[in-house]
Amino acid sequence: MSGGAPGGTGAQRRRGDRRGHGNIVAPLPFPAAARRELGNPQLRANLRRATHTIRDRRARVVGETPDWAHLRAAGAAIKDDVLARLPELLEQFEAAATAAGATVHWARDAAEARALVTDLVRGTGSAEVVKVKSMATQEIGLNEALAEAGITVVETDLAELIVQLADDTPSHILVPAIHYNRRQIREIFADRMPGVDLDALTDEPAALAEAARRYLRDRFLNARVAISGANFAVAETGTLVVVESEGNGRMCLTLPETLISVVGVEKLLPTFRDLEVFLQLLPRSATGERMNPYTSMWTGVTPGDGPRALHVVLLDNGRTDTLADPVGRQALRCIRCSACLNVCPVYERVGGHAYGSVYPGPIGAILSPQLTGLDAGANRSLPYASTLCGACFDVCPVRIDIPQVLVHLRQRDVDARRGQPSPERMAMRALSWVMRDRRRYAAALRAARRGAAPLRLLTAGGEVRRLPWPLSAWTSSRDAPLPAARTFRDWWAERTAHGGREDGRDQG
Amino acid sequence: MRVALFVTCVNDLMFPATGRAVVRVLERLGHTVEFPAAQGCCGQMHANSGYRAEALPLVRNFVETFAGYEAVVAPSGSCVAMVREAYPRLAAGDPDLAAAVNEVVPRVHELSELLVDVLGVTDVGASFPHRVTYHPTCHGLRTLRLGDRPLRLLRAVRGLDLVDLPGAEECCGFGGTFAVKNADVSSAMLADKCAAIRDTGAAYVAAADNSCLAHIGGGLSRQARLGSGAPVRAVHYAEILAGPEVHP
Repeated sequence: MSGGAPGGTGAQRRRGDRRGHGNIVAPLPFPAAARRELGNPQLRANLRRATHTIRDRRARVVGETPDWAHLRAAGAAIKDDVLARLPELLEQFEAAATAAGATVHWARDAAEARALVTDLVRGTGSAEVVKVKSMATQEIGLNEALAEAGITVVETDLAELIVQLADDTPSHILVPAIHYNRRQIREIFADRMPGVDLDALTDEPAALAEAARRYLRDRFLNARVAISGANFAVAETGTLVVVESEGNGRMCLTLPETLISVVGVEKLLPTFRDLEVFLQLLPRSATGERMNPYTSMWTGVTPGDGPRALHVVLLDNGRTDTLADPVGRQALRCIRCSACLNVCPVYERVGGHAYGSVYPGPIGAILSPQLTGLDAGANRSLPYASTLCGACFDVCPVRIDIPQVLVHLRQRDVDARRGQPSPERMAMRALSWVMRDRRRYAAALRAARRGAAPLRLLTAGGEVRRLPWPLSAWTSSRDAPLPAARTFRDWWAERTAHGGREDGRDQG
Repeated sequence: MRVALFVTCVNDLMFPATGRAVVRVLERLGHTVEFPAAQGCCGQMHANSGYRAEALPLVRNFVETFAGYEAVVAPSGSCVAMVREAYPRLAAGDPDLAAAVNEVVPRVHELSELLVDVLGVTDVGASFPHRVTYHPTCHGLRTLRLGDRPLRLLRAVRGLDLVDLPGAEECCGFGGTFAVKNADVSSAMLADKCAAIRDTGAAYVAAADNSCLAHIGGGLSRQARLGSGAPVRAVHYAEILAGPEVHP
């Protein structure tokens, strides 16, 4: 992943460039990155266990919610309304948050956001910040930028802490350390957690949580600056909302003097009342819980209670570009629940790192290339990382038709490269030309059948064990069927010549 | 009823026995099958690979070929899903084509939809004395919502021992060009699907799509040859429904 220095390169800061940058650019084409991950059987076992556990839990709590279909429709409708009125709602949010004592900043891209936050932290004089788990800050590579500025960053979400200690990158939106099992986590803590009590450290979940709690307690009590994201931002009231399970977020949001919240512009909801829908949709879809343990809401600053300074950084980073695509924009409804990752058969086999972006899985395959543009890094390979099985669309709490967007992005990719020579396009054109005309089609079928005849003599069971490129990719793991000795239309023609209906000669 | 058969290009060339089975089942039930020879490919591979311009002539050919038929049947969940879901989107920019699509699409049925919903039949009077497991292919399951229609048809077949497939709703890893473009991931998904199928002890795995079955059957045959377990045969469920007649 490419973090980049605060302020970004000249190209990134070019005037009028509204594309997204940061940890959302795949360095390797998906098939190559997937091959690397498939070589790790431990990873696959960990992923299988974890995704199936969450998947089953989600199915249970969604199944007991009688109005789930209506909730989903409402969630999609509210988000579509937000996207249709984004400029107006953003200004409303800014006015309400400012009136409540917050300072609102605007960041066009990752580089601007990194520079803004780095300056804000420097301004406090503090050399350490505690962080609430946040996708927006992972997206812009904030931790890397702060580290370069000499600021120590402490992730306080347990899974983010594991990933940070391991010097790794998150592989799941909600469960960033999903690729580790508890034995591996114990090893990471034993090797890398300062001051850890090795005698008490077993691989029992309770022991691991206790070690993290002891390590983090000092940081919470000494922290003067916290950085968070937000699950929702209410335009009507200027309120920010964080939904979490561990209580670390509550500590970060209430103890330090300064709180900096980095919020993607699509996180808006029009009214406080809209939270009713999303606080039902999110925990059920994310962790398979009816209600999450901690929901923190804050509106500006309150004298004598909580942070004395609140900065809100509203982040575009390619979202406005994404909004311009009438089919693709539905990806901006996403509330980062991860339900699509947990049901995805591709994600289950390869894990999050194969996608080369902090947004992995089906939503990542449509979000990353839209935020950055298809030509960034290897992002144009991501929309092909799907069988279009549709499991993701079924579980999405805001009804994002991910398969539709995947096909749409493939179309944009093909159209963008129409000028370049491509064997695939030649084949597609030829097949289309043949198949739209009955004579050409019948002739092609006869040719295929004749071409296969000698092969049939050479293969015992009528199955091919090895084919030349590009079909060698098929026969690497599968035998291939041969064209039949008699096509259906030939059988039909002979049958019609014999007077039609059953003639007993159908053993073609 | 007069039913037009859309056999699909893959079946025409590679799996004609499935087309013959549909003809046999419908004629046994007293219906007339027609085969409009102008038919070609539905364009699914083109559209799903991003080649909209190349898919459009195939959409036109389909709606022209099948205009005017009371019912069209196809033994393929994914081709019917293509027609039902993608045709209206592909035709959206062309009012004439969109009107033609709207006219034809409601009369296009996957085989189990035609039998159960339109013709009201679950017992087609066939026998097939074997243990069978059923893999509901993704487009049949999540786009067409075929539900238990194919299972109801199979349960009514004499002598057929239908066993549940664990993790049935999970994709087999075919995905059209995905099987070649992402062959490693596709093969990993296939390995898990084949293991689940073999564990049922079934002699046959049935499904509504021969393209998925070519992938699954190719994996099962390769693995059996390399020594992992007994061979399980992949078969389109239409061919089971066309099994020997048990009552006239």
